[in-house]
Amino acid sequence: MTKKEMVCVSCPIGCAITVELDDSNEVVSVTGNTCPRGDKYARQECTHPERMLTSTVKLEGGKLPVVSVKSASPIPKEMLFEAMKEINKVTLNAPVKIGDVVIKNILGTGVDIIATNDAK
Amino acid sequence: MLSYDLAVIGGGPAGMAAALKAREEGVEKIVILERADTLGGILEQCIHTGFGLHYFGEELSGPEYAGRFIKQVNESDIEVKTDTMVLDISQDNVVTACNNVDGLITIKATAIVLAMGCRERPRGALSIAGSRASGIMTAGTAQKYVNINGYMPGKTVVILGSGDIGLIMARRMTLEGAKVKAVCELMPYSGGLTRNIVQCLEDFGIPLRLSCTVVKTHGRERLEGVTVANVDENLKPIPGTEEYIPCDTLMLSVGLIPENELSKNAGIELDSITNGPSVDEYRETNHKGVFACGNVLQVHDLVDYVTQESQIAGEGAAKYIKGEKKTGECIKTLGTNGVRYIVPQRINKQTDKSVKLYFRVGKVFKNVKLVVKCGDEVIMSNKKKKMTPGEMEYILIKLDTIKSLPADSTLTVTIEEA
Repeated sequence: MTKKEMVCVSCPIGCAITVELDDSNEVVSVTGNTCPRGDKYARQECTHPERMLTSTVKLEGGKLPVVSVKSASPIPKEMLFEAMKEINKVTLNAPVKIGDVVIKNILGTGVDIIATNDAK
Repeated sequence: MLSYDLAVIGGGPAGMAAALKAREEGVEKIVILERADTLGGILEQCIHTGFGLHYFGEELSGPEYAGRFIKQVNESDIEVKTDTMVLDISQDNVVTACNNVDGLITIKATAIVLAMGCRERPRGALSIAGSRASGIMTAGTAQKYVNINGYMPGKTVVILGSGDIGLIMARRMTLEGAKVKAVCELMPYSGGLTRNIVQCLEDFGIPLRLSCTVVKTHGRERLEGVTVANVDENLKPIPGTEEYIPCDTLMLSVGLIPENELSKNAGIELDSITNGPSVDEYRETNHKGVFACGNVLQVHDLVDYVTQESQIAGEGAAKYIKGEKKTGECIKTLGTNGVRYIVPQRINKQTDKSVKLYFRVGKVFKNVKLVVKCGDEVIMSNKKKKMTPGEMEYILIKLDTIKSLPADSTLTVTIEEA
């Protein structure tokens, strides 16, 4: 049995949550949360934590040298650095529009990297 | 001289929301004056997500949040002058500005909305020993270098101050391959949002050192390292706790200051705590027809609240232009016992809507009561699990309550033990 301490990020209250895990890393109990969202967050955080990824990619022929991008939805936390390597390989040509797909299905996650700004 | 119903100074989220709201309320001739070459303000460099959770119910990046308002402005008949620097606002609401298309221009406006935003507190405002080596910059400057100009300002970083921009930049620099060695915070608590501590520091194993500050920088041409030290309860460095950390970059995230040079020159009364204008419930300053909203009024934590506040100012300006804005006896507001300030600072007794009082607390409070009083009479009392200085709070005062208060009374917001 192991215990994990975490702070819930679902809302500004920031509850201090304690999760108990058994030897096969299954969640046994979640305590310290004050609402169901905390329970959900804690379980996800223990099983497969995910994060949004935002960055920039190089831009040719634009007013600025880079344009901002994000993952269309959260991706597994442990893949953030590998995804950054892929993003840093890309060069786009202006013009770019908000929502343009920059990398389809990055690293097989099923998540696209999309542009978050217009670039002329 | 050009003539407009409304001149909005600043084309960031505050200025755009105020202009759009005024247009929606029927104001016809509106101009936005923006110093940068595009609308959007600081959001253009805030490429991380988390914007719009309250206002749009979506987690947008800064440019996406700004983009929604830029699109609306472009589709409207609101006039926009970019690359335009406002130099002066006169007593009779004449705005003097210049740009390289029109030259020097004067604009007579019935109403003016101040939406100039804020600036970061620079190194000069702190007393850190050391020479002026390159590699010392505010976190927002570093953010512009990385996200707009596309280059990395350094490889090994120490961040002083745990404001949100510093936390966001700790993650951004780490993702781009830099090593962030520590975030030092003078206070015993962080000045940033809890979710940013978790997602930007803990996720990447970046240490947050509370009650710790930078006492010296090393290096003459380029920064070579910093000496940090722990501080006592009076925030003074404790001798013997000094530690040298080698780094080529020191980022400062030590507070934001509303940019009110124009307001001061125009004789607009400022609040000594917020450093922003003192306003009524529609965000009108003591200068008739001049309104203020966004970070020039008070430093916000979330842009969603900036938008809401600016819509109030836009609506107020529209009422003023149409001659419908009520003025007269006011109720004053006051924060005490840990409530640092209240915006708005006064409420017209004849107002037509319930009013949200926004404030920040001076330290971390847990399990307390937030009490609103008029004299000794308790108007309302809410339980609060947690309030921190990094997060803006508000409390709603209903219209009937406002109507029932005597003129010239003071509404006090205070914190009591639960």
